[in-house]
Amino acid sequence: MLWEVEIRPSAHEIDREGLRIVQEAHDLRASTISQVESARSFLLQGTSLNAADIKRAASMLLVDPVAERFEIREVSEGEVTVSNSMKSATLLNVMYKPGVTDNVATSTQKALIDLGFTVDTVATVRKYWFEASVSTSDLDRVTKRVLANDAVERVISGPIRMSKIGAGSDYQFQLRTVPIRTMDDHALKDLSKYGQLYLSLTEMQTIKQHWVDQQRDPTDIELETVAQTWSEHCSHKTLKGRIRYRDESGEHVFENMLKETIFGATVEIRRRLGADDWCVSVFKDNAGVVKFDDKQHVCFKVETHNHPSAIEPYGGANTGIGGVIRDPLGTGLGAKPILNTDVFCFAPPDTPVASLPPGVLHPKLVMKGVVSGVRDYGNRMGIPTVNGAVFFDERYLGNPLVYCGTAAMIPVDRVEKTVHPGDLIVAVGGRTGRDGIHGATFSSAELTQESETISGGAVQIGNAVVEKMVADVVLQARDLGLYHAITDCGAGGFSSAVGEMGEEVGAVVWLDKCPLKYTGLSYTEIWISEAQERMVLAVPPDKWDEFHAICEAEGVEASAIGQFGNAGRLRLTYHGETVGDVAMSFLHDGRPHVTRDAFYTPPGETPLGGVAATNRNLSDHLNTTLKKILGSLNVCSKEWIIRQYDHEVQSGSVVKPLVGVACDGPSDASVVRPDLTSYRGVVVSNGMNPHYGDSDPYWMAAAAIDEAVRNCVAVGADPARIAILDNFCWGNTERAETLGSLVRAAIGCKDTAIAFGTPFISGKDSLNNEFSYVDAETGEKRTVAIPSSLLISAIGQVADIRRCVTMDLKKSGNILYLVGVTRAELGGSHYALVNQLKGGRIPHVDMSVAPRIFSAVHKSIELGLIRSCHDLSEGGLAVAASEMAFAGGFGVELELSQLAKASGLSDPASLLFSESTTRFLIEVEPAQSSRIEKEFAGLPLTQIGQVVSSGRVRATLENGQLLLDQECAELKAAWQSPLAWD
Amino acid sequence: MASPRVCVLRAPGTNCDVETAYAFDSCGGRSDRVHLFRLIERPTLLDDYQILCIPGGFSYGDDIGAGVVFSSQLRGHLGDVVHQFLTADKLVLGICNGFQTLLKAGVLPYGAAGWGKSDRSEADATLTWNHNGKYTARWVHLTVGGSKNVFLRDISELDLPIAHAEGRLVPRSADVVETWRNQHQIAIQYAPWAAGSDGASNPINDRWEANPNGAVAEIAGLSDPSGRVLGLMPHPERFLFATQHPQWTRLNLEGSGAGLKLFQNGIDYFA
Repeated sequence: MLWEVEIRPSAHEIDREGLRIVQEAHDLRASTISQVESARSFLLQGTSLNAADIKRAASMLLVDPVAERFEIREVSEGEVTVSNSMKSATLLNVMYKPGVTDNVATSTQKALIDLGFTVDTVATVRKYWFEASVSTSDLDRVTKRVLANDAVERVISGPIRMSKIGAGSDYQFQLRTVPIRTMDDHALKDLSKYGQLYLSLTEMQTIKQHWVDQQRDPTDIELETVAQTWSEHCSHKTLKGRIRYRDESGEHVFENMLKETIFGATVEIRRRLGADDWCVSVFKDNAGVVKFDDKQHVCFKVETHNHPSAIEPYGGANTGIGGVIRDPLGTGLGAKPILNTDVFCFAPPDTPVASLPPGVLHPKLVMKGVVSGVRDYGNRMGIPTVNGAVFFDERYLGNPLVYCGTAAMIPVDRVEKTVHPGDLIVAVGGRTGRDGIHGATFSSAELTQESETISGGAVQIGNAVVEKMVADVVLQARDLGLYHAITDCGAGGFSSAVGEMGEEVGAVVWLDKCPLKYTGLSYTEIWISEAQERMVLAVPPDKWDEFHAICEAEGVEASAIGQFGNAGRLRLTYHGETVGDVAMSFLHDGRPHVTRDAFYTPPGETPLGGVAATNRNLSDHLNTTLKKILGSLNVCSKEWIIRQYDHEVQSGSVVKPLVGVACDGPSDASVVRPDLTSYRGVVVSNGMNPHYGDSDPYWMAAAAIDEAVRNCVAVGADPARIAILDNFCWGNTERAETLGSLVRAAIGCKDTAIAFGTPFISGKDSLNNEFSYVDAETGEKRTVAIPSSLLISAIGQVADIRRCVTMDLKKSGNILYLVGVTRAELGGSHYALVNQLKGGRIPHVDMSVAPRIFSAVHKSIELGLIRSCHDLSEGGLAVAASEMAFAGGFGVELELSQLAKASGLSDPASLLFSESTTRFLIEVEPAQSSRIEKEFAGLPLTQIGQVVSSGRVRATLENGQLLLDQECAELKAAWQSPLAWD
Repeated sequence: MASPRVCVLRAPGTNCDVETAYAFDSCGGRSDRVHLFRLIERPTLLDDYQILCIPGGFSYGDDIGAGVVFSSQLRGHLGDVVHQFLTADKLVLGICNGFQTLLKAGVLPYGAAGWGKSDRSEADATLTWNHNGKYTARWVHLTVGGSKNVFLRDISELDLPIAHAEGRLVPRSADVVETWRNQHQIAIQYAPWAAGSDGASNPINDRWEANPNGAVAEIAGLSDPSGRVLGLMPHPERFLFATQHPQWTRLNLEGSGAGLKLFQNGIDYFA
């Protein structure tokens, strides 16, 4: 019997979901939709269930007795539902497609069984009633754009008529082989493309030759294993490969580009540090590890989940954060997550709907979905999301970027891991389903308008509570020493996890022992499924019983699915039959090496173009510009996002993402205390500016590192203990120019990291971030490539959190100093952006002075000389001063003649809006002015004004020439309004 | 007397258990983080404890509704031991998801008197979606009203953070609130932020309503009539140290945070 329990808000409650749909319909200009009613419902299936059971289930568990009302019905009857207030209405039911994870349904089924009900299957449904007068086209648009995502959901119109629910099917084992030995190049290319292997012809030829040598055809699972191991996502073959790079200063051939730039910088820094080296494990595990205190090290990793988020933003972001949390959990013998950080790049949310290419979700919908996905996963995990950024550019249309990061703590004696031959291969956590097939290979391909159809299976929805339960038991087992090694199951599923862990010793995997969500999976699907919330461990046989008991005690499933140690070969079996047998050496070292060309041609510097303001309207121009920058999407307040994230769970919060007199000023970085018995703190921040990359990726990289470091230093981090991560999201690097700009950025990373003594400890790249479609009018193929997007994420440390400072001004009468050198660097700036100016010089980092400035700021904070500190970034001095003023509820009076003299600049726009790096605005009590000047002896420090209680931001030049005069309240409103959604 | 023992009861998805246990321990308690499954296996385990605390988190993912499955487990498997606990001279504290669980299980609003129903169809109140329809993390100002709740002794007002989506307390009818008032059950209420030392109005009041979720009668926490059970949406375990306050750098706050006193009161009850 199949029953439905339909649940609606009770009479005195608001139908929030209905109202949300009306609002979204309004945003889409679906003008015939003015009223929507909603319900949630459960479908319960069980042979012996009767009406009395269903009523009891509803009142014991499913329905809130105060806020909701319900009705039940038997589904097979197909009875027509008429909503109370809409006599003849159109009903739409939204359900997950079979096989997509439905967390609520799973929990409900378990809880009902616990209460004694015999329920075989549960599904959840969202129901919507529209007025009969709604136009078909409006209904269609709202269905596609708001109600349901076709990648994971289906829509049933009218009453649900079905006799059963469930995803299982029969599976008849049949060993499949692929006749690759007889394929010509054309056939190999087709196999790569249509088999979703996404390998190059050379690689396909190498695979063919391998099996010619073996004198047999490969099985499908063998081919999939090679494709996964060799995928860009898993092997990073482009950046770790041989690259012939040429720029204005000549040609250089890299044998391993990353090793010689990013990683090379770390090697050099560690060499210089000698005995004081504080790096522990870099570039070899799932996350980078550095020293924290005598008891613990800190780990950090940032990942991207771009392609899945483009197709299904909620699930993509959900599993993005879920995936990066598993990285530190799978680092060493397991680290405990303490914070998350998220950086997103979207096209502007006000992009006209009509201008969207086919197959593209609207950027506002993408943004809302991504934020909800991160929120629901991070909050449920009990990990505070304390830091982030959002960057907007039209070129992220169809290809949004979602960077998710996690920092974690690991005991100092749990960093090393070694798989021993004979260890059981143990899978822990979620079951394996048909979700996430081909994620690793798909993420390495270019998105097209058909991606949704082809690769919908690559998209999944996470279950945070399962991952939380896994983390709980893994950390217990770690402390008891019950396993030798652990890694996460991410892209490539078991294939990747077992393949990596068993690289040295080999492995035998019994695929039929993997627990499945439902029947019907083939042996290959089991092997490459990227179902979420799974970890793989190497458990010695004599510890297996104890390990299993710990998992079982908290309801976590653990299964032995094979054994490590097979003389360097990977053997896969299904019910005793060998379905795959490959040498690990071929998987990991068999990939052909190609030399890629990379060119970089500097675009050449042009003067900043545009209309110069005359003296008469100069002040108007500057005032307007300031307000425009504060209200620009990249600078404006992100409070709408931040307040949906729990940033205080675990009780370690010290500096929050929003600070000040009304708790709404933008923090430079966040600080948390991972150990409540110690005052030592962890600091997290980021730096990114794709606009500079359009001029020169070298200086973009330098500026991003400078920004991440100065954000950290601004709250009190010790610059000698900041570690960073690189995260390259680029366009199609098959083009030599695109790869050239990436190499250029990597060289910038190397030089800056060495100059700052700031080591890279881990990194990630995501290439092929392009979206292509066929223009409906011209029939031509168009491609949108993202701007070169390098995210630098910094993890800092502060010796005593009680010394931390925030960016909000504290007291009227205090002195404001500008730290650092201001230059005429308006290229790529927000001044140029809001005034639509091209050209100009982008900021360059003074590599010798910058580290000394960071040290002096840090020392002054430690001495308690600085009351507030804010870094200068987008919008320069004027924006930083405004933010400090309105965050503190004060005003500022700036007098820039000294700055003009010190910088040699007469142009007020440069003085106010230049984005020169390594600069801070600091607030100092008058009594401390001589001490602060002493700390900065020999370094650029300019007194530029004071804190006033006027509630205005004013700036003047010599002779009292007025440059800026604005109400803080107005500036704040401009800054807060763009993304104040509800 | 020896330090009181605290059972910090965690279920799948509970995520504030570590810091809540830390809070009790730093006040002289001896807490264990006990998994619900252990208690279901051996319910008499609960007899060893003087304080039962259900901490925050997303028990069972809040999949059917906040605290729904956890509360169903308490009702279904632990009826007798919870009844004994409530009738003994012992304390119960539910924070955030713990409050949602206590209310939906029937431990609150009426403590021992209301315990023992097999379902919720007659329930007097619920905690449901915030008026703004979203999960919201911010700080609130709270006043302690006419209750005699043990955990709130000598506290008149304090700032604490909230972080929840389903924190709006809704009664079945207006009479219910009257009953609570008469029985001194309205323990903690959301209130406007205090004026600055110079008498100027607090700017937080200009941007945020005092009541963050639309709860009836501004109620942030409920006591049972005996004063030995407390459920509250704000998180006292997130204000154990001055440095957790959102304005500690402005107000030059030092030492411990105001939330610590709740835990101290619980421990001191057994002194």
